[in-house]
Amino acid sequence: MVERIPNGGWLALSLLAALLFWTILSLIPSTSRSFPNIFLVTESIGTMMQRGVFWKDITSSLISVTSGFSIGFILSLPVAIVMAWYKPVRFIIEPWIQFIRNIPPLAYVPLVVISAGVGRTPQIIVITIATFLIMSITIYQGIKNIDPTLIKAAKVLGARDRDIFMKVVAPASLPFIITAIRLGTAVGLTSLIAAESTGAQAGLGMRIRALSNTFESSPMLLYIIIIGIIGLIFERLVKLLERRLTGWQEKRDV
Amino acid sequence: MAGETRRVKVKIDQVKKVFDSRNGEVVALNGVDLDIHENEFVTVVGPSGCGKSTLLNIIAGLEKPTSGVVRCDGKEITGTGTERGVVFQQYALFPWLTVKGNVQFGLNLQGIKGKKADEIANKYIKLVDLQDFVNHYPKELSGGMKQRVAIARAYAANPSVLLMDEPFGALDAQTRTQLQEELLHTWDSEQKTCFFITHDVEEAILLGQKVVIMSARPGRIKEVVDVKISYPRNQETRMTQEFLDVKNYVWGQVYQEYLAVRK
Repeated sequence: MVERIPNGGWLALSLLAALLFWTILSLIPSTSRSFPNIFLVTESIGTMMQRGVFWKDITSSLISVTSGFSIGFILSLPVAIVMAWYKPVRFIIEPWIQFIRNIPPLAYVPLVVISAGVGRTPQIIVITIATFLIMSITIYQGIKNIDPTLIKAAKVLGARDRDIFMKVVAPASLPFIITAIRLGTAVGLTSLIAAESTGAQAGLGMRIRALSNTFESSPMLLYIIIIGIIGLIFERLVKLLERRLTGWQEKRDV
Repeated sequence: MAGETRRVKVKIDQVKKVFDSRNGEVVALNGVDLDIHENEFVTVVGPSGCGKSTLLNIIAGLEKPTSGVVRCDGKEITGTGTERGVVFQQYALFPWLTVKGNVQFGLNLQGIKGKKADEIANKYIKLVDLQDFVNHYPKELSGGMKQRVAIARAYAANPSVLLMDEPFGALDAQTRTQLQEELLHTWDSEQKTCFFITHDVEEAILLGQKVVIMSARPGRIKEVVDVKISYPRNQETRMTQEFLDVKNYVWGQVYQEYLAVRK
């Protein structure tokens, strides 16, 4: 029976169950104020559009997340490689990364604002820091865990250091780079609220905080759902990338 | 073929290898002397931890001896070289390359590309009977097929010495038997000096012209047994009295070393 329902069917079922659960929450008096029903939330799209902020908020957040993520990614690649390649660098830098990684971005936001002021720059900086930390550590660990016999095999076939890097280390770390991208986009989104608490003019995170002052729970819930949807879209894009680039990987059934 | 006097291909001279470990120094090899002749098939047996893989790594140039010298064609080995190919127990195929890509890996590094590389790759892929899997990725292959690719990859780079570190150790008995015969067949058609490590006494005798028995740590060469059984050998060879006699003898010698390890 379980096998006979196609994956799409399960997804629809899951969605339906979520809607049902949501509706129940909207009917229980004690939770109804946090969870307005689906019609009220859908209606709030119009409200936010009328206020002229709906698309502005979405694009602003997307710009911050994608720029912060991109800079974080570009920085994390060389750092991860250098850490994996040179032990002294690893011994000095890795503790820093591990230390800062556990601090919630919200904690260092004021410090960023003091130096970078308000506006777009501090938002991008906060997301860059958060995504850089998770991605550099993930890529570094991936490179470090490359099967040493692959490197030996390349060596005995005549590979020099440069060949080993280009023809073994680079392709072998691709799956970890993709994992890093997945984690990086997720962290980018989760640090959005912190990033936009830097006196942002627009943005999904900034708007949620603003709406909380007026207890407008319908648009708040709408924005929360939008962040979730953006996360799903990112996840899908990464999956697509993964299938194109690392289809050769052994499938591990989880 | 056995018994001819031939040129020494690999000369192992008083090789000692000491590893530093947390519990002090571990002597893996001590005073190992061995001559491997050109086109000879030498197999090595010994209890685990006797340093046989270390010896292979030193010949391959992946490790350096603490003292002593290994020479190949008279030249001291100081690093890896394409005249010495290696087949690893864990296959060590590049998972992002197809069968063909793996077999061509060494060729490309040697500057052989395009049509020429295709030709050579196809020849060896055919030799190991994988012509129907040219564009498959390693994940789509069974263990036996993966090891065939690894053998083809080693052959394609055209080494004169082939070093094999328990290449069939991870395979099931049936596949192993099949690959043993294939390897002998390949060795017959493409003469190479083979240095083959195994923990399987029968395999050592079936394949080798010489069986090198190593002693428990510190690894030394206990005895070199000449296997005078003529080639071609196959699974029926295992049933012959001659084979069983050698097996009993070698097994007795190896068993003493296993006992030594247990103490």
